[in-house]
Amino acid sequence: MRWIQIGSINDIPRRGARCVATPRGRIAVFRTGDDQVFAIEDRCPHKGGPLSQGIVHGTSVTCPLHNWVISLETGKALGADEGEVRTIPIKVEGDEIFIAVDASASRAA
Amino acid sequence: MTEKLVIIGNGMAPGRMLEHLFQEAPRRYQVTIFNAEPRVNYDRIMLSPVLSGEKDYEEIIIHGDGWYIKNGIILYKGHKVVGIDRVAKTLKSNHGVVTSYDKLVIATGSVPFILPVPGHDLPGVLSYRDLDDVKAMLLAAQSTATAVVIGGGLLGLEAAAGLAARGMEVTVLHLMPTLMERQLDPAAGYLLQKAVEERGIKVITNANTKAILGDRRVTGVELADGRIIKATLVVMAAGIRPNAWLAKDAGLEVNRGILVDAGMTTSDPDILAIGECAEVGGHTYGLVAPLYEMARAAAGRLAGVENAIFVHSDTPTKLKVTGIDLFSLGDFADGEDREEIVLRDASSGIYRRLVLKDNRIIGTVLFGDTLDGAWFTDLKKREVDISEMRDTLIFGQAYQGGAPLDPMVAVAALPDEAEICGCNGVRKGKITGAIDSKGLKSLDDIRAHTKASASCGSCTGLVEQLLKLALGDAYNPAAVQPMCACTPLGHDDVRRLIKAKRLKTIPSVMQELEWTSSCGCAKCRPALNYYLVCEWPGDYADDYQSRFVNERVHANIQKDGTYSVVPRMWGGVTSAAELRAIADVVDKFSIPTVKVTGGQRIDMLGVKKEDLPSVWGDLGKAGFVSGHAYAKGIRTVKTCVGSDWCRFGTQDSTRLGIRIERFMWGSWTPAKVKMAVSGCPRNCAEATCKDVGVICVESGFEIHFAGAAGLDIKGTEVLGLVKTEDEALEVIVALVQMYREQARYLERIYKWAKRVGIDEIRRQVFDDLDKRTAYYTRFIFSQQFAQVDPWSERVSGKDKHEFKPMAAVSLVQAAE
Repeated sequence: MRWIQIGSINDIPRRGARCVATPRGRIAVFRTGDDQVFAIEDRCPHKGGPLSQGIVHGTSVTCPLHNWVISLETGKALGADEGEVRTIPIKVEGDEIFIAVDASASRAA
Repeated sequence: MTEKLVIIGNGMAPGRMLEHLFQEAPRRYQVTIFNAEPRVNYDRIMLSPVLSGEKDYEEIIIHGDGWYIKNGIILYKGHKVVGIDRVAKTLKSNHGVVTSYDKLVIATGSVPFILPVPGHDLPGVLSYRDLDDVKAMLLAAQSTATAVVIGGGLLGLEAAAGLAARGMEVTVLHLMPTLMERQLDPAAGYLLQKAVEERGIKVITNANTKAILGDRRVTGVELADGRIIKATLVVMAAGIRPNAWLAKDAGLEVNRGILVDAGMTTSDPDILAIGECAEVGGHTYGLVAPLYEMARAAAGRLAGVENAIFVHSDTPTKLKVTGIDLFSLGDFADGEDREEIVLRDASSGIYRRLVLKDNRIIGTVLFGDTLDGAWFTDLKKREVDISEMRDTLIFGQAYQGGAPLDPMVAVAALPDEAEICGCNGVRKGKITGAIDSKGLKSLDDIRAHTKASASCGSCTGLVEQLLKLALGDAYNPAAVQPMCACTPLGHDDVRRLIKAKRLKTIPSVMQELEWTSSCGCAKCRPALNYYLVCEWPGDYADDYQSRFVNERVHANIQKDGTYSVVPRMWGGVTSAAELRAIADVVDKFSIPTVKVTGGQRIDMLGVKKEDLPSVWGDLGKAGFVSGHAYAKGIRTVKTCVGSDWCRFGTQDSTRLGIRIERFMWGSWTPAKVKMAVSGCPRNCAEATCKDVGVICVESGFEIHFAGAAGLDIKGTEVLGLVKTEDEALEVIVALVQMYREQARYLERIYKWAKRVGIDEIRRQVFDDLDKRTAYYTRFIFSQQFAQVDPWSERVSGKDKHEFKPMAAVSLVQAAE
């Protein structure tokens, strides 16, 4: 597994998200109101909506298409809905954000 | 033959007396009331919430006009009685009305005590007794910035909190060393002072007012120690006096108040006195519970019950300032034969003190957490020997007998005699009995049948718990639908509190209104953002992270994550140049679908998010601005060709449509607003199923609203006919502004109108010209901040981060 730097925490608005394009599809990188950072697949398990475009509240995001609420910590759908998106390991050093890209990612690509 | 009962005064005590009387002796009396105030009976305890903006006057009315009519009561509003002739058994009002009586009830209440210092009669010096005082204070709060409240008792503090909530800078002057010294011990008085000061209210204790300064109106207050406090408004809340002058002039026996026996009868057997003006057993009263007790006794006597008597009991005091919980009951002075138990928790601001005599509670002071007030009141009333539970008594009911800390359990454990509603003296057994026997299901039912929770409302929580205990899951407390899971408050309460407390950011709303989540949810955040945008135009910084994606990126998200772009075509009119520009953009960005919309616009579908700024850039060069087709805001004004081309057209509907759209575009609204103008009643622009529509006729413009043609189908309602385009525009703008200010987020005009009432809307924006102008003016004010084209802003670089990825991880990077 390798850590790849994708930018600074300041590139993402609080309670907002930015995207990172990868060979395995788009990753949504979130920054919460209290500056925690999470990365998940940018694809709602329901109908593939871009989660990066949703409203961020607490450590969850609400999908802009049909209002599913996805936990940023676990990638699981909350409430009555069932489904899950892939979470991507992420770390912050100083202001810099790194995501992990494992070997399987490159093979899959 | 019916007897004539005349009542002087129309406050809470006589209102309650009549309710009892009509029940016990229906149709025995023909009732006439003289009310010096020009209005019906309202809940004076609730004046403080009206002052602070948490309630409206309409919400505190106890008896509406209908009640007087139904009971055949003649109510003289605004009539002050100037004399009673006890020999002729008549009385006379200041407007010359003379009425005879068989029985007379004097309920003239009290008058505020005005400090006899120089300047006490200057304009700008007010008291705090009735709705007129509140109205005067609200008026003052609009134009002036600093207030001094003289008196740090219950009334003074509520007035101060209300004025502060209205945005005034407030100083409280109190003669004694600690606040509310008659109800609180010094420790609780100190905590109260801290809590009051945390609200930004200055408190000066040991403050002896020497003079009120000013020439033509108030400019300040001078203290005996020489200090001068600037003020443009002075509220006297230094105490009240029974209003007994009328009785005295009539030769009745008067001491401090009008002397009555336990049957509330004065020295004249045909005259009774109740309320704050009456003195019984050496006491006069100011709290509502004993006044209601007087009302009950007097009603009994009037109904012929010879043994109906007033019984004195201690009444707990509670302060009605949102967020400050305090409770005091009985006697709490130190004494040799007394013991006390004290609990303090500084970190959570809790103070509790019980004063005991012979192992029985005689006094209680609670600050910070007052939930056990009802229990302590009950122990005191029943004179329970507390020696058994002495060690845990102070912790409250939940700690007795090892019961868990569950409020439901605590309420369940209360005996049937426990008093739940102190104002109306309603015991638990009466409430649970009424729930069972009458099948009551809601708080309103309980209020109607038992009066519990119907006065000051501080026992509402307890009553709801009783409902829940009795009904289980069948109890649905959502009389007010909460905004979302983050708050128990409904949309209307939140809007009102934003205004009253002058909250100007989402975090401050969540803090002040005690949101239960850290930063809201996808339901409440967009609603709060809208409410703040609407309430504080120019002041509030729009929070884009609280907007739905469409409004954040100014385009409509589609199912595949691409966007659609709809440029504005004013009134649905376009040109060759515009169409060419659209064609060029479609080619350049390979836009897959181009479609004409229902609102007479052209929609380009399937635009990639990264391309949006460039698409807008090219459209902008051709003169296009955003069509706001994605917004909870003003959408489109659809028009027909009108008198310009059509042989039936009566007016230039196209020109009016364009004018409306140019005037109103950019405005955010609770939900989308679609409009149309048809040039004749053939209605080709389909104006009669729009949120707002205009049908042109020979004599002018018929304005329609509250139509729907979506999930629901509904024809419009007619607001009214106006003669000119100018007036049509003014009425439409006023209507939309009223909707902006009052509707709940996501509530379309037709739903809002159904809730508020077509007539009420017509009254405010059509009939009442002053109101119409006020709405119109507020809309214009907010438009100066709203009419900014969001597309050109973004073409020039605003929110750049929205439109491009943060980074791209290449195959090479991943594989390295």
